[in-house]
Amino acid sequence: MLKYILKRIGIGVLTMFVLITVTFFLARLMPGNPFETDNLSRAVLDRLMSEYKLDRPLGEQYTSFLSSIVRGDLGVSFKKPGLTVNSLVARSGRYTMSLGLIAFAVALLLGISLGIWQAVTKSGVVRGAILTASTLGVSVPNYVFALLLMMLFGVKLKLLPVLGLDTPAHYILPVATLSAYPIAVMSRLVKNSFGEALSQEYVILARAKGLSVLKIRLRHVLKNAVLPVITTSGPTIAFLLTGSFVVENIFSVPGIGKEFVNAISNRDYTLIMGLSIFVGMLIILANLLSDIVNCLVDPRLRLDT
Amino acid sequence: MEMDMKMRMNTNAGVNVSMSMNMNMDTNVDVNMNISDDLFLPLDESEKDSEFIAIESRSFIADAARRFSRNKLAMAGFIVLSAVVLLAIFGPVFSHYTFDGQDPSSRNSGSSLAHWFGTDKFGRDIFVRLLYGARISLMVGFVSAGINMAVGIAYGGISGYLGGKADMLMMRVVDIIYAIPSLLYVILIMLALGSNIRSILIGICISSWVSMARIVRSEILKLKTLEFSTAAFVIGASKARILFRHLLINALGPIIVTLTFMIPQAIFTEAFLSFVGVGISAPFASWGTLVQDARAFIDIYPMQVVYPVLAICVTIFSLNFIGDGLSDALNPKSRR
Repeated sequence: MLKYILKRIGIGVLTMFVLITVTFFLARLMPGNPFETDNLSRAVLDRLMSEYKLDRPLGEQYTSFLSSIVRGDLGVSFKKPGLTVNSLVARSGRYTMSLGLIAFAVALLLGISLGIWQAVTKSGVVRGAILTASTLGVSVPNYVFALLLMMLFGVKLKLLPVLGLDTPAHYILPVATLSAYPIAVMSRLVKNSFGEALSQEYVILARAKGLSVLKIRLRHVLKNAVLPVITTSGPTIAFLLTGSFVVENIFSVPGIGKEFVNAISNRDYTLIMGLSIFVGMLIILANLLSDIVNCLVDPRLRLDT
Repeated sequence: MEMDMKMRMNTNAGVNVSMSMNMNMDTNVDVNMNISDDLFLPLDESEKDSEFIAIESRSFIADAARRFSRNKLAMAGFIVLSAVVLLAIFGPVFSHYTFDGQDPSSRNSGSSLAHWFGTDKFGRDIFVRLLYGARISLMVGFVSAGINMAVGIAYGGISGYLGGKADMLMMRVVDIIYAIPSLLYVILIMLALGSNIRSILIGICISSWVSMARIVRSEILKLKTLEFSTAAFVIGASKARILFRHLLINALGPIIVTLTFMIPQAIFTEAFLSFVGVGISAPFASWGTLVQDARAFIDIYPMQVVYPVLAICVTIFSLNFIGDGLSDALNPKSRR
């Protein structure tokens, strides 16, 4: 098992290295230089270029970029003087974090329970309704969903606030938008795995032993049915983070996603680089974590390596 | 008929001879193979068709097509998608409006006979822009799915079939690409290479072939241990022939299903890019940019948002229904 975890960590580190490298070289491919719109004289431009070490050879720039990232410095904004990526992340990270965590919790709770309900119910109506809802959930793009919710609850009914994150009520619409897709995915997964686990022989054994149906389902079946959910939680976190780009913009939440889109529209390349690397690292870490948790809870995976 | 009968008699005799070694002698055949003539009698006419199979034999594809056409949702999806594709290809030809033709005298007008879906803030006909948008969005979807399929099949097939060190190495590469969120790449690629279809396609394809490769590989790993693959090897078929003619054909079901889910994913991604502000640049329009352009006026002219949103949803729904229908139809286990 230790070997498996070490291998995963090795791949994770390698992935981060690839991410940083790709980001660096793609950013160098981007047209223009960061100061060209400022109407600067030649001398000032040269001074700026040497200040930010942009006149050095590419290899040297790359190694110094790499080493500053390893030291935890994600760089500075070229458009807003004095703004560093780290301070931006520290300022806006908590909004994204709180939205993402709540959405993740909601997705887990609703996704798993809807999946179980769909697997155990004998009512065709319930099954059909959940199936339709989950098809909707995977088919409707999140910004479409956000706009619809905003139009319905914010503009037409005026029930819920639509801008900012000041009160708990502000969280309802963004969280609903963010968690719709993961709920749909998880409920589908759990429906399949729970249904499969229900027909296993240990369920019959437990029933024959005299355990109540509820106890069997919660103690024995759920334990086995929840494994694929752990596997998808890495990609789900990735989805929540990139989904925040859209949701934070529509609902005007000053989180990382909104800053990212702002940086794109300002063409603030260094900010884009720093934030890409930060978000990318978070996602790689989430994937790594879900792999390790999966390995800890599922003994079958340990045999694999 | 005569030949047929004789052969049947011969095999009968052969069986009996071999059985006679086990001392199970047939009354008509003795150990010295003296086969009496009364064995050679034509069969009764009534027995001639006794082994006839009444059900018409169907090929796998025909069977899948039959099951697909019985699935109402999937058929509805197929019809709607075909209609959208036909409209996108031929629709603009029959309209005298163009996607960038501006008409300052009728801005933000509602639906009318002249402009079916109204006009936008520059007086451009929204219906025609939707059709042009469909061309771009669908093209991004289909072309990227096609490229992903080709690359994914080749990579996953080779990796799964070779196995061992090559497989390990190839899959580590896939792991790494898979772990980095593709949307980040795509945004960076769009910024580096410019806002056009080519960079969208490069951005989508550079990362999404890996999921196809993973699926193909796991199918090949399963299939290559089966008897028919061993049989092909024993006959002397080359590795490439076994992989492409025997294994991949059998993995076609999961491949096609993955493909139908890749198309909406690509349409999603393209729309997301427009949303973030690095999509197709004006005056061209995709469905994503149409939503994005109209979003600012959502409380004054909500219909301008509704049309492209509906177009996206209807297309993605149909593709999902087709995908679900195909996965049922192509899965041999669901045969009833």
